[in-house]
Amino acid sequence: MRLLEWEAKEVFRDYGIPIPRGRIASTPSEARLIAKEIGKPVAVKAQIPIGGRGKAGGILFAENPEEAEEAAEKLLGSLIQGVEVKQVLVEERLSIERELYLGVVVDRSSRAYTALATSEGGVEIEEVAARTPEKIIRLTVDPLRGLLPHEARWIVKQIGLEGRQMLTAADILVKLYRLAVEMDAELTEINPLAVTPDGLIAADARLNIDDNALWRHRDLLERFSESELLDLTGKERKARKLGLIYVELDGDIGIIGNGAGLTMATLDTVQLYGGKPANFLDLGGGAPADRVEMAVSFLLTDPKVRAIFINILGGITRCDEVARGIIAAREKTGVEKPMVVRMIGTREEEGRRLLEEAGIHCLDSMEEAAERVVSLAGRR
Amino acid sequence: MVRFVDAETRVVVQGITGRQGSFHTKLMLDYGTKIVAGVTPGKGGAIVEGVPVYDTVAEALDRHRVDASIIFVPAPYASDAVHEALDAGLDPIVVITEGIPIRDTMKFVARARRSDITIIGPNTPGVIKVGECKLGIMPARVFTRGRVGIISRSGTLTYEIADHISRIGLGESTCVGLGGDPITGLDFIDALKWFEDDPQTEAVVLIGEIGGDAEERAAEFIADGGFTKPAVAYIAGRTAIPGKRMGHAGAIIQGERGTARSKIEALEAADVSVAERPSDVARILKKLLS
Repeated sequence: MRLLEWEAKEVFRDYGIPIPRGRIASTPSEARLIAKEIGKPVAVKAQIPIGGRGKAGGILFAENPEEAEEAAEKLLGSLIQGVEVKQVLVEERLSIERELYLGVVVDRSSRAYTALATSEGGVEIEEVAARTPEKIIRLTVDPLRGLLPHEARWIVKQIGLEGRQMLTAADILVKLYRLAVEMDAELTEINPLAVTPDGLIAADARLNIDDNALWRHRDLLERFSESELLDLTGKERKARKLGLIYVELDGDIGIIGNGAGLTMATLDTVQLYGGKPANFLDLGGGAPADRVEMAVSFLLTDPKVRAIFINILGGITRCDEVARGIIAAREKTGVEKPMVVRMIGTREEEGRRLLEEAGIHCLDSMEEAAERVVSLAGRR
Repeated sequence: MVRFVDAETRVVVQGITGRQGSFHTKLMLDYGTKIVAGVTPGKGGAIVEGVPVYDTVAEALDRHRVDASIIFVPAPYASDAVHEALDAGLDPIVVITEGIPIRDTMKFVARARRSDITIIGPNTPGVIKVGECKLGIMPARVFTRGRVGIISRSGTLTYEIADHISRIGLGESTCVGLGGDPITGLDFIDALKWFEDDPQTEAVVLIGEIGGDAEERAAEFIADGGFTKPAVAYIAGRTAIPGKRMGHAGAIIQGERGTARSKIEALEAADVSVAERPSDVARILKKLLS
């Protein structure tokens, strides 16, 4: 789950990380009021889950409340890289002397959090990594010990900070690490960490939370209920609500498999034969007939899908349950689309018999089935 | 040192009274796995499939000789179960549970590596030494005893490919699932080291998928001479789009990193044959081993 900037900043504030004064607005007049409260020039920032927002025109500056209202008017309801702006963050405009970067991210290779810092803040860290990798200072944090203050001081000293500034930045980094651990962050970044005449301030904030840990952050889901589904398309949201593991793609062949790896391999094989998958849909292990029915109906009623390929390797998943689900979906939706089923494993004979009786032919080989579904999708 | 399983491995099942735990205990017993005890806190004294159940791993160890653990405990409690197994010195520990928070996994994996204990998973189908011991949830019938080792990040795709390898007459020695999570205990390199020294294994199949750089690091390890037997790979997710999780928590392309193309190129540069379709794996192996 990727939090929006203002949400991440609220969490930052809980952890004592300095953030600019400001609030969220969903109408231009609210934006004007907030700017008036602040009583200084402000930045009006579109709240969308997209990097490089500034370059895309998502951040406007305003000298006074009237300009803030105009800026909000421009941003609210507009589309930035295809995403509608529903809220803007109005906050005091900082006088920035320099831009730094601090981050704590899960590093899969070292199986631990890595603390990151660079003096080249204000651009995406990947860009810095590509251009001047030597300017990124990294430290793998021992998960059993955590990030110690002296390690944080070492890191920020490496990016050229000294004296009081070094101590403050180290303190912020330790807080950021504590936040990462306690909030189950996959990634949290302060980019930029602004050096201003008033000290160091987190001008932007990023916080992505491990989806598998959301159960222990129910309060967060209540506060920021919208964010959970922000990265999803309309169809993906609908599928998520049904409990389906579904990703929308841009082709016309609907795919259902069991197991993430097999389903991905099914998409790849369809593409290898010249077809275009419309989606990824993983039934998971041991899906009962009603779950299969839901998945098949989902694709049958999707107008984009011209043909369906169901690829099942039954272990704990039973082929007879799958067959019942397929047949029920066809009956209940009343939609007939070309369908190719490849099904082997547990209760294969029973499953095949049920399908044959319903006039659906079953194939043994996933490659053969992929080739067939591609030709069926093309013929219509 | 990596430890897997064989006919002598004595096992405790943690979470044995749950639906998954009891179901797979039966299947593992049917396969011949020596399951000597089960643990579910609060269910001590029960019997599941003829296996005595204890409240704690320590009590199970008082009454039985136990080497290894397999964990079916639900995600919120799984990490505690792994630490309990680590405290008891069990090795390997197979973590079947899906959905464990990364923070929890980082901690128990760090502990295990420090004490040189093998953790397989989380979110793994487990490990099987074909014909001797099945410590996992894989369907037994796709495997026949033979010459090929399998290391995989995916369950059903392993069964698909193992089925072809069995049908073509080569069979499998030991097959291990690394798990579908972003962070796992065992990785490709650990497993390759084990297969290099395993006399029964003549070739290895690596089944990878998008996300992370475990395949790239394995390729580097092979290129540096760390693994010298023939190797064939299959990588799932050529069609995946960046930023979307493809079923597994770990199957996600982040920015430019973790693409199938990057993995395929790295493996090919290390002289590993990369199959285009799952069924090609067995055919390539047949050629390499004839």
